[in-house]
Amino acid sequence: MTQFAPGDLVRIRDDYPPGHIRTPIYLRGKEGVVERYFGAFGNPEVLAYNLKGPKKDLYKIRFRAADVWPDYQGSPKDVIEADIYEHWLEKLA
Amino acid sequence: MSGDHHHHHDHGHGHAHSPPQPDDKVHSYYQILSIALKELLIEKNVVTAAEVRRFIEARDSITPANGARVIARAWVDPAFRARLLEDANKAVGELGFEMTTARLVAVENTQEAHNVVVCTLCSCYPRDLLGLPPAWYKSRAYRARIVREPRAVLQEFGTELSDDVALHVHDSTADIRFLVLPRRPAGTQHMSEAELAALVTRDSMIGVTVLDQVA
Amino acid sequence: MRSPQDIGGLPEGPVDTSEHSLTFWEKQADGLRAAVGAKGLMSSHESRRAIESLGHDAMERLTYYERWTAALSRQMVDRGVLTQDEIDAKVAQVRQRLHDSGELELAPGEAEKFA
Repeated sequence: MTQFAPGDLVRIRDDYPPGHIRTPIYLRGKEGVVERYFGAFGNPEVLAYNLKGPKKDLYKIRFRAADVWPDYQGSPKDVIEADIYEHWLEKLA
Repeated sequence: MSGDHHHHHDHGHGHAHSPPQPDDKVHSYYQILSIALKELLIEKNVVTAAEVRRFIEARDSITPANGARVIARAWVDPAFRARLLEDANKAVGELGFEMTTARLVAVENTQEAHNVVVCTLCSCYPRDLLGLPPAWYKSRAYRARIVREPRAVLQEFGTELSDDVALHVHDSTADIRFLVLPRRPAGTQHMSEAELAALVTRDSMIGVTVLDQVA
Repeated sequence: MRSPQDIGGLPEGPVDTSEHSLTFWEKQADGLRAAVGAKGLMSSHESRRAIESLGHDAMERLTYYERWTAALSRQMVDRGVLTQDEIDAKVAQVRQRLHDSGELELAPGEAEKFA
């Protein structure tokens, strides 16, 4: 029933709306892989204003550090993992 | 040894400190604002002084020793370790620890992978298990750099990782709090669970250090 | 475009890895925030939004618990629990009281922060 499954290739929306956002700027527009599904959680972008709204599916997304930072100085094995709500994810073919 | 962690570490991070003493002077505007807010909220019956005191005492009662007990149990009991990785909230509950506000997820260090935790957007931290975060965890320098140059930051904590080890940086951007399950140090085969727990530091459960081999 | 708290990847200096115990007032501030949160008057999400709304300047200059305290003040006004006039009046009253009792020893630069 969820929109994404572990192993799916995704891109973080390259979008810059105003307001309270929990998707860090350094990950926007970056491509990663769904590592796991955590369940549906209250949407912080709505809860931050003491409003109610539908719960959002939350996923752990794994990014290669070298994909996030083109000049990354580390091991090519290094990854960044972040928890991203469904409405920030775009499926890649 | 290829793929292993190398570590030189002698500055004693993550150990107990004496509790702060009341300062008999007030030095700043925000200190006064905090006192004013507390007095107003008590006058308006929004909170009571006893409630504030109970929350302070509850915070003081949670220390990294709680997390250390969880780690030691996971080292000696493979079934518990599996439950911890499957559903950490439930597993820590078996030891009497309650995650009141967030979902806890344990991430396991192995010979191939090392985990380190940050919250770049604020300072999310598994407070219900480890207590309040250290000052450096909340600092701009740590939050900004650990996702950009994590190996350089780990070196500042005295931690050298081989390039064969995949470094996983977990940015706690949402409702999940992460607990690093460190590798059990070599030379501890004969230790009791309580002795093992005494080896586990706060910083090793955040992932900025690894645990020293026991001589 | 970049919110003040969104600092992942920005250049910064070395991490100060030394330990700092919380001061007495910071513990008080932490307990007060927790007590208000338990009343449903400030969720962690609202707290973060309130801190972000303090702006880039505050994010860089204020300490952690100073930001929390400023955010709590703003949140109490936003939620209609307190008014800004009440807060300003109480701050002046507390300052005077601490001055009279000899407990006030403002650090340099602090006096200018009062309204």
